[in-house]
Amino acid sequence: MVGIITFTLVYVGPGDPAAIIAGDEATPEILEEIREDLGFNRPFPVQMGDWFWKLLQGDLGTSYFSRREITELITPRLQPTLSLGFQVVVLSTLIGISTGMLAAWKAGSRLDRNLMILAVLGFATPGFWLAFLTIWVFAVNLGWFPVIGYKPIQDGLIPHLHSMFLPVMVNSILASAFISRITRSAMLEVLREDYIRTARAKGASEFSVFIRHAFRPSAIPVATVIGASIAGLATGFVLTETIFAIPGLGRMLVDSIVRRDYPIIQALLMVVATVLIAVNLIVDILYAYIDPRIRY
Amino acid sequence: MTKTSDLGSEWQLTPPLSTRLRGMLGATGKAAKRDIVLGMSISLLFLGLFLAVFAPTLARTDYERTDPVNRMLPPSTDNWFGTDNWGRDVFDRTIVGTRLSFLVGFSVTLISSVVGVSIALIISYFRILDAVMMRFVDGFLAFPTILLALALISLIGPSIGNVIIALSVTATAGKIRLVRGAVLSLRESTYVEAARAVGVPVPRILMFHVLPNIVSIIIVQATFTLASAILAEASLSFLGAGVPEYVPSWGNIIATGQGYIQVGFHISFFPGLFLTVTVLAVVLIGDSIRDHLDPKLRGRLRTTAQQ
Amino acid sequence: MTEALLSVENLHTQFRTEGGLVQAVDDVSFNIQAGETFALVGESGCGKSVTALSIMGLIPNPPGEITSGSIQFGGVDLLKLSSTEMRSIRGSKIGMIFQEPMSSLNPVLTIESQLAEPLKIHTGLSASAANDRAQELIDMVGIPDSKTRLKQYPHELSGGQRQRIMIAMAMACAPRLLIADEATTALDVTIQAQILDLMQEVTEKSGAALLIITHNLGIVARYADRVAVMYAGKLREVGDASDIYAASQHPYTVGLLRSVPRLDSEKGTPLSPIGGEIPDLTNLPGGCAFNPRCQWAVDRCSVEEPELIEISQGKQVACFEHASVSLNV
Repeated sequence: MVGIITFTLVYVGPGDPAAIIAGDEATPEILEEIREDLGFNRPFPVQMGDWFWKLLQGDLGTSYFSRREITELITPRLQPTLSLGFQVVVLSTLIGISTGMLAAWKAGSRLDRNLMILAVLGFATPGFWLAFLTIWVFAVNLGWFPVIGYKPIQDGLIPHLHSMFLPVMVNSILASAFISRITRSAMLEVLREDYIRTARAKGASEFSVFIRHAFRPSAIPVATVIGASIAGLATGFVLTETIFAIPGLGRMLVDSIVRRDYPIIQALLMVVATVLIAVNLIVDILYAYIDPRIRY
Repeated sequence: MTKTSDLGSEWQLTPPLSTRLRGMLGATGKAAKRDIVLGMSISLLFLGLFLAVFAPTLARTDYERTDPVNRMLPPSTDNWFGTDNWGRDVFDRTIVGTRLSFLVGFSVTLISSVVGVSIALIISYFRILDAVMMRFVDGFLAFPTILLALALISLIGPSIGNVIIALSVTATAGKIRLVRGAVLSLRESTYVEAARAVGVPVPRILMFHVLPNIVSIIIVQATFTLASAILAEASLSFLGAGVPEYVPSWGNIIATGQGYIQVGFHISFFPGLFLTVTVLAVVLIGDSIRDHLDPKLRGRLRTTAQQ
Repeated sequence: MTEALLSVENLHTQFRTEGGLVQAVDDVSFNIQAGETFALVGESGCGKSVTALSIMGLIPNPPGEITSGSIQFGGVDLLKLSSTEMRSIRGSKIGMIFQEPMSSLNPVLTIESQLAEPLKIHTGLSASAANDRAQELIDMVGIPDSKTRLKQYPHELSGGQRQRIMIAMAMACAPRLLIADEATTALDVTIQAQILDLMQEVTEKSGAALLIITHNLGIVARYADRVAVMYAGKLREVGDASDIYAASQHPYTVGLLRSVPRLDSEKGTPLSPIGGEIPDLTNLPGGCAFNPRCQWAVDRCSVEEPELIEISQGKQVACFEHASVSLNV
C-alpha cells in the first residue's frame, strides 16, 4: 500500500519527467528518446509493476540526473543519518523517561510544574529555530562548536561526536519533551491502579512502588510514543541536516525535491516508510515483552 | 455517592449539539478567568488574529520595498526588529507573515476537520468502504507529515493554495483514523443501540447521537492540527518548499536570516519567537480544553474523590 | 475485658472533593479483640473502606486526610508513626485484601515475585528462601500445582485463585490482623464461601483477628463474632452478630435485614427494601442522617443527632427511638 501511494503520487504529478531531465532546450526527438529509454511511454500499471519488481530485488532505481544507481547514491548518506538517529533515540529516551518519572514522583510540586512547562515549550518550539539559536549561542558567540561541518566516524569518534553535538542535542531535547509528558501521565495513571495499593499494603517503600510496580505497566504508552517520535525524527532530520549541513538522507531528500529527481524521492520515501514500519514492529514486540498479557 | 443519577445518565438522551457547544464555550470562558495561563494564551491568539487581519494597515512601510542602503540594520526605534539583507523591515514582514500562518493554519484545520469527520462518519457505517478507505489512510500515515507534504508540494508546485492542500491531505488522514475509532466505539454504546432499536435512520443517528459525543475529541484535535499546521507551513517555507519566496512567511524569513547568522541574528530571531509563542498558545489552549472538557478525565477526578 | 488488639477511637477522615469537604469517617470508635472476627457493614459509600484504609495508613493525601482520633494497635498509636514505621507494620503486622482480585495483582510481575515481596521486605529472608516460602503459601491457600503457579502471571489465574493469592500474600508474614475489604464481592457466590472459609481457617490457625468489610449481611451472620453497622460516615449500631441479626434495634440495620431474603422467614413474606436514596455526603440531611428514610422518625430526629450509647452489655445503638425499633413490625 505504502508503495502504491508513493508511486502513484509521483506518477500523477504534473510535469513530464523526460522534460525535466532533458532541460529547457530539448527537442521533441530527444524527449521521445528519453521516454523510450527510461520506459515512460509504457502504461501506468506496467511501470508500477516493473518498479515493484525491482524494489523486491533491492533495486531502488536510477537517478534521473546522475544516472547512477540510487542504492549506490544512498549508501554514503546512511552513516550520518543513522548516527544522528541512534544518538537522538538513546538520548531522548533517557532524558524523556527520567524527567517524566521525576515529575510523576514529585507530582504537583514546583519541580513537576517547571518540568512540564519545559515539556510544553519543547513541543511548541520549532526545531529549525532552536537549531538556529543554539548555533548562534554555542557556535557563533561561544565558538565551542563549528557552525557547520560534519566529520564522519572515520575521522575519529570524538571529532565525529563533537561535530554532531548540536544537532543531536536539538533533536533530543525536542523529542524528549513528548516522551517526558507521556511518561509522567502514564505513571500517574498506573499509580492509581489497585495493584499499587496492594503493593503499599505489603509495606513496599515508595521507591519500590515506583520502580518495581509502576514503571513497567506504564512503559507501553511510553514505548508507543518513542516509536512515534522516531517518525517525528524523520521530519526533524530533514530540517536539521539542512541547517547543520550534514550530508545525510534528509538533505538528499530536500536536494532531490528541489531538482525534482523523482526516482530518488520515491526511493527515499520508501526507505523512510520501511524504517517506520520496522519501528512499529519492534514496538509491538516490545509490548509483548513489557506486558505478559500480550501474545502474538 | 449518587449511584442512581450515574445510571440515569447512561440512558439520558444525547443533548443537542448546540447546547453542548454552548456549554463548552461557557466552561472555557469560566476556566480562562480562573486560569492565568489559559487566559494569556487566548489573549495572545486574539492578538495574533488581530495582527493577521490588520497587518497591511499596521505595517509602517511597504514590506516589499527594498532599501539597499539600510541593509542588515540591528533593531532600533525606526526598525523595531531591524532590517534584512535587502533592507526590508523585519517587523513589517513578520506581522505580514502572521497573516499567512493564520490563514494556512485555520484553513487546514477547517478543511481537515470537516472532510475528515464527514468521511469518518460515512465509512464507519459501510464496511467495504471502510476497509478500502482505511488502507489508504494507513498508507498515508506511514509517512511523516512534513515529508509527505514536501513530496506533494514538489509535485504540484509551491503556492499558498498548494501548501494548504498538501497539509490538509495529511491532516485529514489522521482525523479519519481518530474519529473513526471514536465512532466505532460509540456505535456499541447503549444509547446508539437504543436509537437503532426504535428505528432512527442512520443519518439521524450520526448527526444527533454520534456527532455530539465526539465534538470534544474533534475540538481538542483541532487545536493540535492548528498548532502543527502552523509549524508545518513554517518548516516547509523554511526549506524553500512552502510558499513562494516573495510571500513573507515566518519560515522563509527565518531561512533568510539563517544565511546571515553572524551579522543578522535579529532577522531569524523575531519571526521564530512569533512562531513559538503562537504554537505554544494554541497547544496550551488545547491542553486546557482537554482538561476541562474531557468527560472521561472529569469522571475520573470524581471517582478518585469518592473512594 | 483484656486489652483490645485494635482500638479505633473518635476517628475522623475527610476528603476534599469538587462538591466540597466530605466527612467520610465521622467520629468512629470500635475495638477488635485478638483472634475475633469483626464485621463492618454498610452500603457503598458509607465510609467503611475509608475506615480500613485509615487503619492501614493508605488514605491518599490529597484529597483525603485523617483529621483527628487515634488508632491503637498492639499498644502503639498508628496515627503517630512515621511513614517508615507505618510501612514496617503494613504487610507484616496487618495484612489487607482488596475488593478487586482482577486488578489488585500487578499484571506484569510473576506470582512468585509478588508473593515473596512482603517476605523480602519484612523478614530479611534470602531470595531463594522467600521463593520457597512462596510455594508453601500457595499450598496453604489450596491452589494445586504450586510449582508452575509461581512462574505464572495474574492473568493466567481465575478470579477465585487470584483472591487466594491475595490472601496468601496478606498472610505471608503472619500478621495479627487481616483486613478483608469486600474481598468476596466480585466473586461468584460459590467461590465466595470458599474464600471466606479460607480466610477464617488461616486466621484461626495463626490466631490473627479478621476484620471483614462488607455490605453482605449473609456473610456477617455466618462468619462474624461482632458487627458494626455504618451509615453516612458514622457507626449506628455495634454488637454481637447473633444479637444484631436476631434483635437489631437500629432502623437502618432493620431496613438492611428486611431487604435480604431469609431462609427462616415464611414463604410469601414480601421483601421490603429501604425507601429513598443514599444521601449525598456533601449535603447530609440535618439531625440523624437516616431520618428521611426512617419509618420510626420523630420530629426530634431531623434536628438532633443521636449519640452512640451503650444500651446493654456489649451493645451500642445510635437512635432516639431504639426501644421501639424491632424487626417484627
